[in-house]
Amino acid sequence: MDVGPDDDPAGGRVEPGANRPTAWQTATVVGLHDETPSARTFRLSLPSPFIHRAGQHVVVRLRAPDGYTASRSYSVASAPGDGSEIELTVERLAEGEVSSFLHEEVVVGDALEVRGPIGGWFVWDGRSPALLVGGGSGVVPLMAMLRLARAQGRVDQVRMVVSVRDPGALYYADELPGPETTVLYSRHGPPDDPRPVGRIRSEDLAGLTRGGVTPYVCGSSGFADAATDLLVGLGVAPDHIRVERFGPTQ
Amino acid sequence: MGVTRGFLGRSRAPRDPRLPPGQYDAGTQWPVLTAEPTPALDLDTWSFRVTGSVDREQTWSWDEIHRLAPSTYEGDIHCVTTWSKLGMHFAGVSIDTLLDLAGVRPEATHVLAWSHTQYTTNLPLADVTGGQAWLAWEVDGQPLLREHGGPARLLVPHLYFWKSAKWVAGLQLLDHDEPGFWEVRGYHDRGDPWLEQRYQGD
Repeated sequence: MDVGPDDDPAGGRVEPGANRPTAWQTATVVGLHDETPSARTFRLSLPSPFIHRAGQHVVVRLRAPDGYTASRSYSVASAPGDGSEIELTVERLAEGEVSSFLHEEVVVGDALEVRGPIGGWFVWDGRSPALLVGGGSGVVPLMAMLRLARAQGRVDQVRMVVSVRDPGALYYADELPGPETTVLYSRHGPPDDPRPVGRIRSEDLAGLTRGGVTPYVCGSSGFADAATDLLVGLGVAPDHIRVERFGPTQ
Repeated sequence: MGVTRGFLGRSRAPRDPRLPPGQYDAGTQWPVLTAEPTPALDLDTWSFRVTGSVDREQTWSWDEIHRLAPSTYEGDIHCVTTWSKLGMHFAGVSIDTLLDLAGVRPEATHVLAWSHTQYTTNLPLADVTGGQAWLAWEVDGQPLLREHGGPARLLVPHLYFWKSAKWVAGLQLLDHDEPGFWEVRGYHDRGDPWLEQRYQGD
């Protein structure tokens, strides 16, 4: 298919103010807890409140005494609230300069430079059916969407399928499970799980793609490609699928 | 703003002068960041077009565009999400070659690149001429992989890499600036990494 720029289907979906400049501010860490051995959630108090949209991210910037800075983007895990606080869940990466620092050094009371909210595509406002498909740490922006649906009393609008390596790798394990969510285990599952362990398969998504639902896929590049291929195989139009992917290829 | 308590920066080695401010060297890794499913494009039906404010609108097939004069880029690329890759080697055709064949009209000031996935991005005409931009289909001697925009992507390495549209299908010459997919969502209209033009207002 050959399409021109005038056909951009997303053009009409931009919210007013989407291109508003975002300023840096100095947030204060007011809470932190571990989700898994390699993932920690940071609760930040914002001196200049902003109300994010579920799925958006912020940039965190670290500054050394000599002026050197390092910044990375992290998805907001909390549902949109009054704008005074947000939660970020950060996966610790082996070579991650910023994530290692956040895990090893940061304590309650510390100040962190943040900027946001950013992103106007991988967002959901809770007003239309959404299928949330996450792999590993890709669940973070989707959790903001699930929390929004639950806060609005509209869990009928959302279905979530999350794939993790094993039960210990599931973020938000006390909160995420529910009738609208399914957890898939790729390597080791709980003993009572009727689903054979393995990567996401077509039958894991069958029955969830009807009725004009918008799929939101987030995960590693390999997971995102696998999930979108399965969705397209189930009849979802590729340009209806919103993807946020991370991670390298070699 | 103040120093981050306890942060010294991981590496105290001299900073590579090829890295713009706020960027890190991704080394051998090449992160993949896209907003849409990765398309599988058929070379038999693939095309590249130049339209808009030109004397002769052009359409090339995969074979036709490979018969044009080859051109290469050796150097660095910079993603707005703060990774850079240094010392890359791309091969394809210069955008100058394509625009010369189409004949850019005097009123043209900007281009809007569009992709087979309907992604768009806007660029000043001055940023895609003068040996600064390519249609690239080979990287480090290998065909460009799908996830990196293959079979062919735009390559404008002196700007942040969201300007280098993956799966690019054409360039529309315009007499005005028209923000593209990310630009209407808060990203900068030009995106110079040396000026850290990441978001609107930078």
